[in-house]
Amino acid sequence: MNTVLPLLPAPGLPAGAPGPDALPDSAREHLATTPFGLYVHVPFCATRCGYCDFNTYTSDELGPGANRAEYAGTAIAELRRAARTLGPDLPTVSTVFVGGGTPTLLPAADLAAVLGEIRRLFPVADDVEVTTEANPETVDRGYLSVLREAGFTRVSLGMQSAAEHVLAVLDRRHTPGRAVEAAHEARAAGFEHVNLDLIYGTPGETDADWAASLDAVLSGPVDHVSAYALIVEEGTRLARRIRNGELPMPDDDVLADRYEQADATLRGAGFDWYEVSNWATSDAARCRHNELYWANANWWGVGPGAHSHVGGLRWWNVKHPAAYADRLTAGVSPAQDAELLDDADRALETIMLGLRLREGLPLELLSDVGRRRAADSVARGLLDPAAHAAGRAVLTDRGRLLADAVVRDLTD
Amino acid sequence: MTTPATTDPALIRNFCIIAHIDHGKSTLADRMLEVTGLVEGRHMRAQYLDRMDIERERGITIKAQNVRLPWTPRSGAHTGTEYVLDMIDTPGHVDFTYEVSRSLAACEGAVLLVDAAQGIEAQTLANLYLALENDLTIIPVLNKIDLPAAQPERYAEEIAHIIGCEPGDVLRVSGKTGVGVPELLDLIVDRIPAPTGEAAGPARAMIFDSVYDIYRGVITYVRVVDGRISARDKIKMMSTGATHELLEIGVISPEPKPVESLGVGEVGYFITGVKDVRQSRVGDTVTLQHKPAAESIGGYRDPKPMVYSGLYPIDGSEYPLLREALDKLLLNDAALTYEPETSAALGFGFRVGFLGLLHLEIVRERLEREAGISLISTAPNVVYRVVMEDGTEITVTNPSDWPEGKISAIYEPIVNATIIAPSDYTGAIMELCQGRRGQLGGMDYLSESRVELRYVLPLGEIIFDFFDALKSRTRGYASLDYSEGGEQESKLVKVDILLQGEAVDAFSAIVHKDKAYSYGVMMAGKLRELIPRQQFEVPIQAAVGSRVIARETVRAIRKDVLAKCYGGDITRKRKLLEKQKEGKKRMKMVGRVEVPQEAFVAALSTNESTASKK
Ligand SMILES: Nc1nc2c(ncn2[C@@H]2O[C@H](COP(=O)(O)OP(=O)(O)OP(=O)(O)O)[C@@H](O)[C@H]2O)c(=O)[nH]1
Ligand SMILES: C[S@@+](CC[C@H](N)C(=O)[O-])C[C@H]1O[C@@H](n2cnc3c(N)ncnc32)[C@H](O)[C@@H]1O
Ligand code: SF4
Ligand SMILES: [Mg+2]
Repeated sequence: MNTVLPLLPAPGLPAGAPGPDALPDSAREHLATTPFGLYVHVPFCATRCGYCDFNTYTSDELGPGANRAEYAGTAIAELRRAARTLGPDLPTVSTVFVGGGTPTLLPAADLAAVLGEIRRLFPVADDVEVTTEANPETVDRGYLSVLREAGFTRVSLGMQSAAEHVLAVLDRRHTPGRAVEAAHEARAAGFEHVNLDLIYGTPGETDADWAASLDAVLSGPVDHVSAYALIVEEGTRLARRIRNGELPMPDDDVLADRYEQADATLRGAGFDWYEVSNWATSDAARCRHNELYWANANWWGVGPGAHSHVGGLRWWNVKHPAAYADRLTAGVSPAQDAELLDDADRALETIMLGLRLREGLPLELLSDVGRRRAADSVARGLLDPAAHAAGRAVLTDRGRLLADAVVRDLTD
Repeated sequence: MTTPATTDPALIRNFCIIAHIDHGKSTLADRMLEVTGLVEGRHMRAQYLDRMDIERERGITIKAQNVRLPWTPRSGAHTGTEYVLDMIDTPGHVDFTYEVSRSLAACEGAVLLVDAAQGIEAQTLANLYLALENDLTIIPVLNKIDLPAAQPERYAEEIAHIIGCEPGDVLRVSGKTGVGVPELLDLIVDRIPAPTGEAAGPARAMIFDSVYDIYRGVITYVRVVDGRISARDKIKMMSTGATHELLEIGVISPEPKPVESLGVGEVGYFITGVKDVRQSRVGDTVTLQHKPAAESIGGYRDPKPMVYSGLYPIDGSEYPLLREALDKLLLNDAALTYEPETSAALGFGFRVGFLGLLHLEIVRERLEREAGISLISTAPNVVYRVVMEDGTEITVTNPSDWPEGKISAIYEPIVNATIIAPSDYTGAIMELCQGRRGQLGGMDYLSESRVELRYVLPLGEIIFDFFDALKSRTRGYASLDYSEGGEQESKLVKVDILLQGEAVDAFSAIVHKDKAYSYGVMMAGKLRELIPRQQFEVPIQAAVGSRVIARETVRAIRKDVLAKCYGGDITRKRKLLEKQKEGKKRMKMVGRVEVPQEAFVAALSTNESTASKK
């Protein structure tokens, strides 16, 4: 599907406009004191899953610098730019997250090399968290051992379901048992933190299928679970099949049932929610990289289409790997566009992100109207009364399922 | 050409063309303009006299139009003498019947035009009866004989049967090809009597139309009955006693042409500089200030709104624009009435009175088009007269004004309706009319296969979807006409629609007590589909007083959260949130319930766009 198009040089940021090459002072201001992470995007997959709209490509002929074999080098080029841009007083890296796409389509040595370069370029915290996403069918014990030895501390495996027919509708390439098996291999390779991703509400999935998937996850050596309601993204094959009437649209009430089922099962097994779609066995098992997103901290995203945020400046790279590689080769920033957030934007984002967390957010962050609305939401059973009394807005179990509505109310 | 004001009334023939809608009046008028040489071929355009945009787009005549035509008959008793024909092309639609009747009152004869492929329809009869009431000489004519589907023999029989002539007396023409048109004009001269009046008496002229022109102010069309009106006269309106200087007096031929004066039997126009058609009302008698007539011509009445609807701007901030636009429209429309009203659900708007649904539709369209305002209109309702037990009487033009206390009697307007259709559909039509509380008044066969049914129906029962229902039950073959028929006492109730226990004024309706239940069920069901799920359950109830007659529930929404929100999703998610919040602002709040504008529009929509096709 992914053919190489003759690319016009992607229009980048106008010279001098705020962006990675022209970080405003306001963005630099708290660089040293704000937690800092690195995200590295790997834009390759063996095949595209029907529901997925991530920036990923199945072709291996994407052009110079953008092919799998050369990709690590290209990403490293951007890491060097990052270090130059943020320096001389570089922030200490507290988390690294390699995501995709399918990072594990690259040789383990390439991922190790990227991490090695990060250590060479940046000060790195002693307790740094280094995660990679992994597709179950692409890894084995040996591969995982190389990563562990290179300094990776966490593996996140895309399991999605334990039901064969659900995996088929999702176009997954692995067998039902493979993800849990891979989790065991990761433990054996020395990974203390292993996550499994699940998707619920896939057309054809039953309550029993979902219960079986949850049980399968809990049978594995994992300390973290992400469970996502299936999102029908525009432009995907799944969306097309639903529009054609080939598959039914996931029903919101069913999705709500599944969520409650997941929360009850996971809670029973010692997993507590800490973000709307994430559960962990302890504070230490949480994904600190993702927490950095939700806290609106700083991170630099490397790779085509990757987003970054530094002190109220957001930017994102050109999407196509070839355009991305071309820009780096030409010595220009791969950023395509940027936005400098004003106070109102930042306030809105803080509430939008913070409310999804178990800790919620302090009521002082709300406007007067927002605080009145918070009291209404308590009355409606969407915000926790005890937390509210203690000065925080924290979602109740029911409130978690209506988080977006609560955010809209609180930011009225 | 004969000069106005010096024309001997004996050489004048005043006539109307009357017909069912679309039977070809305006097209025939075109041919008359052509054969009389008034409009040359290259200046001709179809329906020349339909001058308003809205008329040209819809292909219907809304305003009566008159033209003064010169004609020298080539056959008959008057061959070779030049005559003046004053022709009035009338609107066919029932909403404008009063104006048609005034046009008829300005003539001595009428050409009754019947489509040779359709035969007599409901408005053919209605207009024929109007013409007979005005003692006009009727010239029956079959039009469109060029059509392959034309059945002139058959319909000539029908016509002969109705008006009591011989089938051979029915002329055959084509407004398209012009066949038969000169013969028709000759016949008009032969058959239609010349106007008579007191040339020396005090001047009296009847207003049969009045239109507002942005450049010239109000242009008033009159037919002089007695005496003479000259350009230098000061005129006086007999209904109000108001006097005006004449700025211009003239005839339409086919464009306005100023003249010195207009005498007995002549049709023309005058301009006084007034800016509001209310100062020059259709039906009023015009006389001269210095020598006023003692008695008016008669027949004048104030236009009376039959149907009311609330008009609200979708965007509340456009309320002042709407007021301005209505004020402007008022200058041009003597039948329009409106006053401000507020709806808890829809905000600030106006309660507007109309002659009928076509009138409503035209006004609405002109407001939307000319002022660029998007409107919500509430379901149209008729006027009720409610007598309370304590003897007080209340006129209800808005369901919200329905009185609370003890009611002793309720009166609703009724109409005399005529339906013409192939006799195969008689059963289906009777069933429909019975369902609408109709009383069969009579039934006649126009021919073996076509029947005329006369019903007394409550006006309130036919202003919604009656015409659509009629058309669909008769495969489009039925035609309908109706005229005011007074009022009747009825068992009516107000049905309220409540969201979470709170009545939504815009959805209240007055219906017969036997229909309250079905209205309630229909409206509650419709709203259940239209109201988005909220954070709490929303009960929808239909109630008569405190008695709930139907209920539905919009279940509480259980999931409103995006599953994933990571680094790359944040910007997109924030933008989405901002958009959703914008959308939320456009919601109308009913208590705590957020109701989207579209839900109001959809819930209130009737099939009003069919009003014009009657
Ligand atoms: N074939 C044919 N078509 C005709 C003839 N006369 C009129 N039509 C068509 O019939 C339609 C209606 O004609 P109009 O002249 O607008 O009818 P009307 O009676 O003035 O209609 P209203 O003013 O709306 O009542 C138009 O499409 C005309 O072109 C005719 O003699 N032959
Ligand atoms: C960045 S994706 C890629 C991870 C990896 N390539 C894989 O598929 O296993 C991470 C997770 O997002 C979730 N995900 C992707 N698309 C989704 C969608 N349309 N709806 C819900 N979850 C989705 C899946 O659970 C997936 O494991
Ligand atoms: S493997 Fe993961 S990233 Fe690739 S297409 Fe499937 S879900 Fe998307
Ligand atoms: Mg016409």
